[in-house]
Amino acid sequence: MRIELQKRANTSTLFSILSPLLALVLTLVAGAIMFGLLGKKPLGSLYIYFVEPLLDVWSLHELAIKAAPLILIAVGLSICFRSNNWNIGAEGQFTIGAITGSILPVLNPDWHSPLILPLMLVMGMIGGALYAGIPALLKTRFNTNEILTSLMLVYIAQLFLDWLVRGPWRDPQGYNFPQTKSFQPEAVLPEILDSGRAHLGIIFALIAAVALWFMMRFMLKGFQVSVLGQSERAGRFAGFSARNMVWFSMLLSGALAGLAGISEVSGSIGHVQPVISPGYGFTAIIVAFLGRLNPLGIIASGFVLALTYLGGEAAQLSLGISDKVSRVFQGLILFFVLSCDTLIHYRIRLILNPSAAQEGKS
Amino acid sequence: MTFSEGVEASPLLSVRGLTKLFGSFAACNAIDLDIGRGEIHALLGENGAGKSTLVKMLFGVLQPTAGTVSLEGKPVVIPSPGEARRLGVGMVFQHFSLFEALTVAENIALSLDPRTPLAKIAEETATVSRAYGLPLDPSAHVADLSVGERQRIEIVRALLQNPKLIILDEPTSVLTPQEAERLFETLMRLKSEGRSVLYISHRLEEVQRICDRATVLRHGKVTGDCDPRQETPASLARMMVGTDVAEVQRADAGAFGDVLVEVAGVSVAPRTPFAVSLKDISLKVRAGEVLAIAGIAGNGQSELFDALSGEYPIADDNGIQLRGKPVGRLRINGRRLLGAGFVPEERHGHAAVSALSLSDNLLLARSRSDKKAFLAGGPLSILRRDAILTASRRICSIMDVRKSGDDPAAGSLSGGNLQKFIVGRELDRQPAVLVVNQPTWGVDAGAASRIRQALVDLAKAGSAVIVISQDLDEIFEIATTISVISDGKLSDPYPSGELTLEQIGLLMGGIHENHSAVETAHAH
Repeated sequence: MRIELQKRANTSTLFSILSPLLALVLTLVAGAIMFGLLGKKPLGSLYIYFVEPLLDVWSLHELAIKAAPLILIAVGLSICFRSNNWNIGAEGQFTIGAITGSILPVLNPDWHSPLILPLMLVMGMIGGALYAGIPALLKTRFNTNEILTSLMLVYIAQLFLDWLVRGPWRDPQGYNFPQTKSFQPEAVLPEILDSGRAHLGIIFALIAAVALWFMMRFMLKGFQVSVLGQSERAGRFAGFSARNMVWFSMLLSGALAGLAGISEVSGSIGHVQPVISPGYGFTAIIVAFLGRLNPLGIIASGFVLALTYLGGEAAQLSLGISDKVSRVFQGLILFFVLSCDTLIHYRIRLILNPSAAQEGKS
Repeated sequence: MTFSEGVEASPLLSVRGLTKLFGSFAACNAIDLDIGRGEIHALLGENGAGKSTLVKMLFGVLQPTAGTVSLEGKPVVIPSPGEARRLGVGMVFQHFSLFEALTVAENIALSLDPRTPLAKIAEETATVSRAYGLPLDPSAHVADLSVGERQRIEIVRALLQNPKLIILDEPTSVLTPQEAERLFETLMRLKSEGRSVLYISHRLEEVQRICDRATVLRHGKVTGDCDPRQETPASLARMMVGTDVAEVQRADAGAFGDVLVEVAGVSVAPRTPFAVSLKDISLKVRAGEVLAIAGIAGNGQSELFDALSGEYPIADDNGIQLRGKPVGRLRINGRRLLGAGFVPEERHGHAAVSALSLSDNLLLARSRSDKKAFLAGGPLSILRRDAILTASRRICSIMDVRKSGDDPAAGSLSGGNLQKFIVGRELDRQPAVLVVNQPTWGVDAGAASRIRQALVDLAKAGSAVIVISQDLDEIFEIATTISVISDGKLSDPYPSGELTLEQIGLLMGGIHENHSAVETAHAH
């Protein structure tokens, strides 16, 4: 007996659209089984994990706060991945963006001007872009693998942040806590609604996603991204420069990660501290693939993964189980989306015939 | 000739009603085929006629939807290539599956029983290759070998399994006339041993020369089963394409205009360890002229194309002139704006991106040269999909590109149809200069004749055409002038009437010095 994946002649458009939803349903079923095995009530636990966070205005705001950096980073990464540039260091670009964006409020705590916030955002983007420029430079000049360089730069950025907030940037009146002074009110990203903490970050994320969707769909630049991503040789034939594309995609995704970093520090935290991200830069890689590298899809997948973070916290509190469950759910979602996609394009066939069976024995 | 009675009694391989459906599309439809012992049997057909599908079913790569295969009178099921080899069916693919970094013996070992020691394989390789007149050094690295030698590896690999039937897919498409000659001798030897050969080819003359029987496929059905020696090339071609293949009308020599392309003493160092360096290349092509550059693959053709197209510009700006302007340092789009068009050899991943639609692939080559028509919104460069799609439809109808759907992915077209589109994409711009690398490589007879005619017509209309080709029949059909490239050096141009096939073959092998240089040139 043999199992064969056979390409379907026609792929169902309906199921292609439904695929992510189907994957979510399957994730829930698998999750229910997992909760059952852990000795919890399956449905009740799922309710606490996935539904309760959506019932509360406060947690909806938290959802938006967590989704914003995920979406911002993931749409930038989707351009990188589409153009075959594997930027794995968004976490580092996020961190450096947060640092460069915070230079103004940390060094000039008494500067009260409406200009400060836009300047911070721009500096955050420049910082993130320049930091992503390092692997871009290494790749274009020395043909270095950007997966390794961008990943290694994450740890440099994190340790640099750690040193800053424990050393030169530490608040002298902060009882020796490793953190900076709280930002002046002018340097804090405004909240959108009075009802909760959600700030402008989510708006930036939505604008970036729609803009990049437009670029990929309607502009020559987007066409260049997909051509160079699929075949560098064909791109060269078209007169597109692969080297410029390395720079474009890395700087763009770095700038968006940097913007996410400064938005997070300025909007959600209000000061700089040693740890400013629960791994947004890495989770955003899953978000990008879950959204099928499509900026609009990424908006949806960003909220889904934000919900797994939130549900993980809820599960820890109400169910008394480890927040590692959120990692399990993130993995399950990815697994089911990929399987659904595969089965939409291929059918499984079991091949039973005598001579093949003989071959198996011999 | 001990098998001679057997030929009448029971064929070695007998195929009845073999059908393969892909969805509702029948790639092979109720195929009947008999191959006798010691018979060289030709399989003819256009691209997309179902030859590859049929052969893949015989070699166990694909499973038939219906029908039976019998070997030596016994019905068999061939679930995998491994089983096919065990049943005595060997195959030599058109595109070799060899690891360049490994040696000949190591490559052969990969397809054999893993327990066989390498030294034994090397020994057997040497013995078999000598016995069949296919000299091979088992310890040579594949990367250092010529295409002809690589093919020998594939043939020896198949022979080591002691097959009763050997399937050869377009074996001579990559060989010089001399190398092909040697292959024919090997085939005759196999035949005399009572082995059968299924020989797939586009070259009708070759088929007539060496094959005992021919089966012709068209649209997945058998349209002819004949003795090729009783047929004419034209009648065979008719069975393949249904209608008479149009004879290409060549341009008149003599009536040439201004020099449109001039290359003067260009040398290019190799870009990669496996590339060939170009050495002091000079050529001139005038309006109305078709310059054909003959040569065996891997003698600097792609490097020459890269330099001419500007994909890899050269250091000396005056080295290449297009319509009198120095363009050596200009990139491909700058040269396109001067009226040049380019068709690279490799369709997938160079001339076209397989997963993108035809209209996207049109934009691929013309985003800069047709900026006004295809782009809007100034610096935003917004794509005008409707204009691109209209142009793409126009090209498809002019070039008779057969496709499923309005704007399918390039990868879903057969080789010939995609090539017609890729050539049509350039012709649609009426280029003053067209550089084409292997215009009809792996393309069926109907599409090839259409493409050749289009190139000749373009020259007649006053353009300069450079055709880099390994196909000598093609070169004699369309060229007004012929040069030969060998080891990165370009020969003097000859008017096409003044060269014989034999002379070109010698030039291709590196001639001037001595004949044995042909052998050793590739072994360094």
